[in-house]
Amino acid sequence: MNKIESKNVHLYYGDFHALKGISMSIQENTVTALIGPSGCGKSTYLRLFNRMNDLIDNVRIEGDILLDGRDIYKKNIGMRIDELRKKVGMVFQKPNPFPKTIFENVAYGLRVNGIDHRSFIEERVETSLRQAALWEEVKDKLKKSAFELSGGQQQRLCIARALAIEPSVLLMDEPASALDPISTSKIEELIYELKTKYTIIIVTHNMQQAGRVSDRTAFFYLGDLIEYDDTPVIFTNPKDIRTQSYVTGRFG
Amino acid sequence: MTKQTKEYIAFWIFRILSFIVLAILIWILYFIFVRGWHMLSWDFLTKMPEDGMTKGGIYPAIIGTLYLVAGSMLFAFPIGVLAGIYIHEYTNDSKFKRFMKLMTNNLAGIPSIVFGLFGMSLFVKTLNFGDSILAGSLTLGLLALPVVIRVTEEALIAVDDSFRHGSLALGASKLITIRKVVLPIAMPNILTGLILSIGRVSGETAPILFTVAAYFLPKLPTSIFDQVMALPYHLYVISTSGTKVQESRDMAYGTALVLVLFVLILNLLANALRRYLGNKVKMN
Amino acid sequence: MKRKFKQFTEKLIEGLLLISGSLTSITVLLIVIFLFKEGLGLFTTSPMENKNVIVVNKLNPVEHLTAGQIKKIFDQEITNWKDLGGKNDTILLFTINDLSNYFSEEEIGENFEYLPEKLNSIVDSIPNLLAVYTDKYLVKELKGKIVKVDKNNIPDFILGREWFPTAEPAVQLGVLPLILGTLLVSIFAILFALPIGIATSIYMAEVANERVRKILKPIIELLAGIPSVVYGFFGLIVIVPLIHDTFNLPVGETALAGSIVLAIMALPTIITVSEDAIRNTPRSMKEASLALGANRWQTIHRVVLPYSMSGITAAAILGIGRAIGETMAVLMVTGNAAVMPHSLLQPVRTIPATIAAELGEAPQGGVHYQALFALGCILFILTLLINIWVEYVSSKQKFKK
Repeated sequence: MNKIESKNVHLYYGDFHALKGISMSIQENTVTALIGPSGCGKSTYLRLFNRMNDLIDNVRIEGDILLDGRDIYKKNIGMRIDELRKKVGMVFQKPNPFPKTIFENVAYGLRVNGIDHRSFIEERVETSLRQAALWEEVKDKLKKSAFELSGGQQQRLCIARALAIEPSVLLMDEPASALDPISTSKIEELIYELKTKYTIIIVTHNMQQAGRVSDRTAFFYLGDLIEYDDTPVIFTNPKDIRTQSYVTGRFG
Repeated sequence: MTKQTKEYIAFWIFRILSFIVLAILIWILYFIFVRGWHMLSWDFLTKMPEDGMTKGGIYPAIIGTLYLVAGSMLFAFPIGVLAGIYIHEYTNDSKFKRFMKLMTNNLAGIPSIVFGLFGMSLFVKTLNFGDSILAGSLTLGLLALPVVIRVTEEALIAVDDSFRHGSLALGASKLITIRKVVLPIAMPNILTGLILSIGRVSGETAPILFTVAAYFLPKLPTSIFDQVMALPYHLYVISTSGTKVQESRDMAYGTALVLVLFVLILNLLANALRRYLGNKVKMN
Repeated sequence: MKRKFKQFTEKLIEGLLLISGSLTSITVLLIVIFLFKEGLGLFTTSPMENKNVIVVNKLNPVEHLTAGQIKKIFDQEITNWKDLGGKNDTILLFTINDLSNYFSEEEIGENFEYLPEKLNSIVDSIPNLLAVYTDKYLVKELKGKIVKVDKNNIPDFILGREWFPTAEPAVQLGVLPLILGTLLVSIFAILFALPIGIATSIYMAEVANERVRKILKPIIELLAGIPSVVYGFFGLIVIVPLIHDTFNLPVGETALAGSIVLAIMALPTIITVSEDAIRNTPRSMKEASLALGANRWQTIHRVVLPYSMSGITAAAILGIGRAIGETMAVLMVTGNAAVMPHSLLQPVRTIPATIAAELGEAPQGGVHYQALFALGCILFILTLLINIWVEYVSSKQKFKK
């Protein structure tokens, strides 16, 4: 069964038609890269899966998005928004830790979802930090402010924070764009390890990154899904001329 | 309690408390409009006070306030705008800039009654202007100065640096860049701020108590060394310390209404200007 | 030539800008100089008004008195020299008004020409006498002894509990009741205003939709624009009678009335500053919270409020600063009794109200005049401390970003 399925999804910002009928399905435990030039709608599309676009005024969404076969946008019969967001974690472009301690950052998702059993939280914080390959670096300063970490560490903290509520899907919006090359490669290794447990969708500007980490790649252009295929196919043998131009660096 | 219930309750508390603010304003305005409205007449605005300020009009107080506003703004507008330009465009040294801002903030934080003390000590006594329009205007002008500076600064900050760079790259000097590019863009915001600061100045009482305001003076000033009556002080006098407080109640309502209307009109004007000039700049 | 002229003009304008920019600093400096020159002058003068002197018998061991002691003597709270460090003997008070008890009109002379001598003689003859008269009646060979009166000093000024700046023969300049009155009214004003102010700022920044905000924003601007006398008038006509009736008090002009009016006046400051602070919370931080399944309220109170706390604190402090310095509205509604405040339902007097009410009557250069400037200094220092506090608190917010 497909983990995520979108059927003919349209999105409008006021009069602007930002997504024009996107249909695609995503398999469980795969990494899917969304690529395309700026403003093509790839980030907007990513943010549909945890309903982050709801925050923006004047947004209209049409079509269906199913997670585990359940519609996430239909009120009443669909999935409740906080239930959805527990299942779908998100990592943002820039590291955005909360003004709290390292520990409390990771524990945040548990606490807001009504978990306050202390030893359970402690255990989950440690597991998540280990999964995010950050535990060894921070285990002695869990009570320190998250702002004391380096940019790369902060981003891994944000990944740990997302993992703590045990989502099954992880959305990543250019997670390494604000980081140096060493931190970037750490994040990429992490993505590779995480895909055994999670379904990952990643938006990236970086062609090499998409090539390195993803199993499937979708190319967006001006709100349309141009091509969606196995990553090697997209990069070596694209069917559409626009995809070819983009991946070979001729525009965007 | 589920988190949805908590959110529901919290948001309703916020909503209710916010509408208390709205209710307070309506309460104040309603009370002043309803009780002051019947006082508002051409005679009220253009006649001298009579019978121990229980009858007649508030003409000298209106004129006095207009003189004081004009005088203080004549002082504070140019200097404040120039100072704002200097602080934002000319001080590169961040320490110096911080110091200047700190001083502006300090001046803004000084209570108006202290301005009154200072104005009396410097303008009335030391410089020997006496209780006069000049002394009062300068005191009010100093009070308005930090407001004007801040308004100017904020307007300048809102001007994107690309405009400056664009002009400088074409070989224009800094001064020309400011005059031809930066100021025209910042002007709507500066003007709105200035209009709002007129409202502030026109309502101030404490700084004019000992520098210009006359308790009762049923004639118009002939020079800047004359005393004048002023609306806010007049309201204070007839509502608290006049000889016939009860009899002058109606006069007080009328005066309060005129003051509020003045501020209200200035606010509306500022908003209209913001919208009008804002659109105009965008179109260019 | 033309170019030189142009350069010259530019330099001239830059000079003009520099002068304008420095004017705020100069003004602050001038305010400090003028305020403190007059205010500190107080502490080199005597509390004795109208050149009065205190004369006692030569054998009386008491050398000097304080203004407070003199008042107590006149109020008959101190009646024995023992309490002043002298012998055990009752104090016999003598002022010019008591003259007729001692001498007939002929003895003094038609134009008081014999008065100095007579005064001299009674000081000499009555050992427990304390005489107060002006120094023009002093004779050269004084048989009595002039008691020195301690100069006004800072501890007595700040900690004194009696404010009678026109009392005879010695003024009482204790400003503690005024300081406490100011703080009481201001702090309660903020306690009333903070919940409403913060709730409104959260509502405007995070909860309300665009349409509601467009209504609320100009309302708050207008609230900020209403002159303080109008608030005072409103307080006088509406709030004072309301308090009078609700609490069944003899007078409605109370600290509570002042606090309520000041609370209304502080609202715009609190709302605007804390709304800005709340708005400064990075969008990405809020999104991260929502993405973790938190709802909007959880996001506000767990992420937005902690992040903007220093800005909200700054708003509260600024509000206190505004309240402390507010003059007219407070003057009109607090009843202005210079007594130590014990409850909110009692008239109090604040520092600004005292200055506004009394400066007009204080003769220039006199003790009272100087004392009012000294009050101005206290007010200035208070607001300066508050400004520094605000700077400090908001600099912490900048660091966090």
